[in-house]
Amino acid sequence: MKQSMFTLETNEKIAKNTYRMALTGDNGDCTAPGQFVNIRLNGFYLRRPISVCERTENGIVLIYKTVGSGTEYMATLERGTELDLLTGLGNGYTTQQSGESPLLIGGGVGVPPLYDLTKLLVSEGKSVTAILGFCTGEEVFYADAFSALGANVIITTEDGSRGIRGYVTHALPPAYSYVYTCGPEPMLKAVYAATTTSGQFSFEERMACGFGACMGCSCKTKYGNKRICKDGPVLEKEEILW
Amino acid sequence: MVNTQVNLCGIPLDNPVIPASGTFGYGYEFATWYDINLLGTFSFKGTTQEPRFGNPTPRIAECKAGMINAVGLQNPGVQNVIEEELPKLKPHFSKPVMANVSGFSIEEYIHCCQLLDQEEQIGWLEVNISCPNVHGGGMSFGTSPRAAFDVTKAVKTVTKKPVFIKLTPNVTDIVSIAKACEDGGADGISLINTLLGMRIDLKTKKPVIANKMGGFSGSAIFPVALRMVYQVYESVSIPIIGIGGVSTAEDVIEMMLAGATAVQVGAANLINPYACKEIIETLPQTMDQYRIQSLQEIIGGAHT
Repeated sequence: MKQSMFTLETNEKIAKNTYRMALTGDNGDCTAPGQFVNIRLNGFYLRRPISVCERTENGIVLIYKTVGSGTEYMATLERGTELDLLTGLGNGYTTQQSGESPLLIGGGVGVPPLYDLTKLLVSEGKSVTAILGFCTGEEVFYADAFSALGANVIITTEDGSRGIRGYVTHALPPAYSYVYTCGPEPMLKAVYAATTTSGQFSFEERMACGFGACMGCSCKTKYGNKRICKDGPVLEKEEILW
Repeated sequence: MVNTQVNLCGIPLDNPVIPASGTFGYGYEFATWYDINLLGTFSFKGTTQEPRFGNPTPRIAECKAGMINAVGLQNPGVQNVIEEELPKLKPHFSKPVMANVSGFSIEEYIHCCQLLDQEEQIGWLEVNISCPNVHGGGMSFGTSPRAAFDVTKAVKTVTKKPVFIKLTPNVTDIVSIAKACEDGGADGISLINTLLGMRIDLKTKKPVIANKMGGFSGSAIFPVALRMVYQVYESVSIPIIGIGGVSTAEDVIEMMLAGATAVQVGAANLINPYACKEIIETLPQTMDQYRIQSLQEIIGGAHT
């Protein structure tokens, strides 16, 4: 975990209500895909937690959706803006258990953290299938980027305007070695029920600090109480209590 | 060279800056951010007789210049704190720590205080009779002078350590409660805990927090806290720890002028993990700026 200043390089709309922000700064504490940063914004009391999409050579890339006044403000920020970030938050995904053909399932802004995970798994010689689920075709982003990394990409949209019509669970391949997922809780629940292997599930919760101090984002697991921000956001499938 | 030392019930503090309970865990995790020995002390996470998960989530909401929490005293229970948390803290913190205790009956307060009294790492007990997030217990002791007196008197019989009673601002007359604590034998008063508040999500048209209401903290509450410290200082002769919205060295000095012997920093730690370190490092130059030689000498300085 580290607090440091980042400089905004680009901040562009890439899909409906969805923005991609590239920042330069010290990314040394971003050590695992699935970790997040907590961004301080002028005029907002609490920081905004956003998962890291990509760790670049000299910074990070974040993808966020405008869901409230904080993220709407983020979308107005211009190149050169200095931002105070806490980095390296959360545990992130681990790849040791992935097997040879891991299945990655992302829903909406649950997709971004799977990008760096794909990169890591591909670099380890694994054969990655990524199901990226959205409400509608206008919201789809990064399908080509995942393909470019070498993943077999399957798109689902609830209205069928792009890819397979329906939910991510309607597109499950017949065989896979392990599951990595991130997305809204109803989707995580459906993935939990529909998948047959072990896996790692990344959760979201309203949080204040993002680094384990306030206990705002606690959840119960089979292994005791955990803080989504510090002991998560990634939980093992076996420990999840719904 | 300015002097930031203060004396809190016979125990000297290098400076009056104390991270507030519930914003600093059991301390050791903040040691990854900075050397926590530079703190005056810190008040550990509110501890109860039994382990508690607290309230359902969501239990955090943002406000203008503050936040609401409805954590509800999540803690591993006093036995675990003694056996696990304090030993984990020991290698990181060589000063006496403040033990924050909560309960749902006088027996529970007694049980916790009795056990914590035996721990040499603990310098002071801070008895929370003010948590707004727990039904049927906690705050009801803090809203009646009689109950506040009874809890204070009961815990004083089981510990030799100085006892601070932490009060809620959600009362009509803070002074009468503080006086009742002093009459019950309290060694000091901590005030204020959070103000009961709520937010409603315009999209769902329902409360943001699962528990509907929670404790409002952050810089917005500073003037309320300052006013209560000022009022209570006029009426009791025991030391006061000023708490509520403190986020700068100026706030620390202002709180001490109102009558605080020491000052706790709460929500600020959650936005900036270095908040207390930065306040402590800024204090000497801020004191210089206002021509203050010794902090101990300015306590209550705003009173005539």
